[in-house]
Amino acid sequence: MHSLLSRGNALVAYTLSLLACLTFMCFLSTLFVDYRSSAAINTVKVVVKNVPDYSASREKCDLGFLTFDLQANLTNVFNWNVKQLFLYLTAEYASEKNSLSQVVLWDKIILRGENAILDFKSMNSKYYFWDDGNGLRNNSHVTLTLSYNIIPNSGLLPNIGATGHHIFQFPSEYTVSRA
Amino acid sequence: MIQSALDELRRMNKRQFIYQCLSFGMIVSSALMIWKGLMVVTGSESPIVVVLSGSMEPAFHRGDLLFLTNFESDPVRVGEIVVFKVEGRDIPIVHRVVKLHEGRNGTVKFLTKGDNNSVDDRGLYAPGQLWLTSKDMVGRARGFLPHVGMVTIYMNEYPKFKCAVLAALGLYVLVHRE
Repeated sequence: MHSLLSRGNALVAYTLSLLACLTFMCFLSTLFVDYRSSAAINTVKVVVKNVPDYSASREKCDLGFLTFDLQANLTNVFNWNVKQLFLYLTAEYASEKNSLSQVVLWDKIILRGENAILDFKSMNSKYYFWDDGNGLRNNSHVTLTLSYNIIPNSGLLPNIGATGHHIFQFPSEYTVSRA
Repeated sequence: MIQSALDELRRMNKRQFIYQCLSFGMIVSSALMIWKGLMVVTGSESPIVVVLSGSMEPAFHRGDLLFLTNFESDPVRVGEIVVFKVEGRDIPIVHRVVKLHEGRNGTVKFLTKGDNNSVDDRGLYAPGQLWLTSKDMVGRARGFLPHVGMVTIYMNEYPKFKCAVLAALGLYVLVHRE
């Protein structure tokens, strides 16, 4: 009756069901946690150019450049079921062509245990701020928000926008020289 | 072991054998029903996917399991992790949306990038394709379970292992009596 095979089978089955149960408890324990947080964002220098976008259409499109300040403390967001935060700074605007455009300008990965207090001054954006037409020049309502995607050990993958956004406008003239 | 299983099979009478075959069929069809039911509930053609590459590290590693939804009423936004298919590639890709334009006429186009890749995905798309649209999308990642998908990766990499597992399970169900 109690052969090596049946003993092994019982052991493996018990271990697996225990692991599954613990994983589920871990998911339940952080299901209703409030992950909201705040950030302070400000733009320092804003410039718009009109240059051909060789990565896409080769037509002349608007390309924005900006440097920004960012302060946020995300230490409280971490708990035992947060493996990683994926932070991203989004520029959101409407133009004549698009009712809504969103462009990620900068992102950062924070693993648990790493420093989660951000204080950046005059940071350059990490990615190009291309519009898919000419919707940036003189655009008076571009919103910058900091959001984060929570990667758990097991569980849901929520995307949360930090409170505290910054609205800025692009200049009415293109910059021709090197900015 | 196989010998004893075959002996067991030989000892059954006809009715018993048919009953075992039916219960085997029940297991297969209920698994299929669960999968198809999930497809209806989530709106995604593939509600559960296994991460196959390291392009989203350190968030997702090879073998992690993702649960997807694909509701039409819920628009795509930047920062979400989407699973999409590209023409000419069989394997769906799991990457993050980094750019999105919603046109005045309701069309949505978006660009993706893997967290662990330094450039966006235009090089992975079909030749000449610059944007993804909602018809390329399989779903959006909503839930995460680590490592569980490694079993399917091993099965795909070692077809003999897959055959052995399936044969053993099938034989067990056919032979096992309550």
